[in-house]
Amino acid sequence: MEQFAPVKRSKDGQPVRYLIVDDSVFARKNLARMIETFGGQVAAEAGDGLTAISEFDRTHPDIVLMDITMPQMEGIEAAERIVQQHPEARIVMVSSVGYQENIVAALQRGARHFVQKPVKPEVLYEVIKYVLGEDGAVTAAAGAGA
Amino acid sequence: MKMELIQPFINAADAVLSQGLQGTTKVGNLTMEEDAYRRKGVAGMIALTGDIEGRIVLDLEPQTAVRVASHYAGAELPESDALIKETIFELANQVVGNAISALNDQGFHFRVHPPLLLTAQEGDKTSEDTEALMICFETPMGSVFMNVALRYNRRRLADHAAVGA
Repeated sequence: MEQFAPVKRSKDGQPVRYLIVDDSVFARKNLARMIETFGGQVAAEAGDGLTAISEFDRTHPDIVLMDITMPQMEGIEAAERIVQQHPEARIVMVSSVGYQENIVAALQRGARHFVQKPVKPEVLYEVIKYVLGEDGAVTAAAGAGA
Repeated sequence: MKMELIQPFINAADAVLSQGLQGTTKVGNLTMEEDAYRRKGVAGMIALTGDIEGRIVLDLEPQTAVRVASHYAGAELPESDALIKETIFELANQVVGNAISALNDQGFHFRVHPPLLLTAQEGDKTSEDTEALMICFETPMGSVFMNVALRYNRRRLADHAAVGA
């Protein structure tokens, strides 16, 4: 998998911490591998919206990557509940169902961005940099010349 | 079954497989199936309800399924690994999700049901108003079969027409 210039937290230079929420183990593994190539760290994983809320409270990640269609509680509702409690939460919806109504509903209820599956690593990387804004800093890749 | 319903699924499968398997995908044989569906290997089925209803089956011969799942996992997986089923389910989800996104933007509304593993060798016989189309995608890792059986939900469409009248 392609390597990207690591994105770190501006405040302390530590890796960006992610909460990955998807009912598919395959999708979670795939996203975790991408995050590693961005220099990030998986803080926690969840397979449904309810668990996502409790894992957010427990780990306070920098970014949440949230699927939409999930059992127990769908991703848009979970995103809304997280943002109600933590207005600073940065939630990126990651779903194969990318029609306009869904995207608008997610953004209206607190998500910061939307990425359609299958996820292209270069697209997710750019979205993460955009969502982090000044709280993220791209550092020189390991082994890159100064 | 109208081609306008099928084409978004063909486009979505082509895009998902080409990107995921990092190679050229060729759309091979298209055949109409009137008899009961016969499973080829690891088969995930997703049901749709709403303005259009029916089901999509993504079916890979066992060795192809292992190769595809191993490719995504980045490591050789044994044939028994649960991740093989998960991979087929997620691919089916991506194909259906992308296709219904296109159809939704044309005004059709759906509910997508969670993927189910087909375990019986033979599925339900297709009815006269739900013919199935089998499409074979030739990928660098082997053939991927997609069986699409969809029909317009006449009652829902009539409701829409009445509202629009």
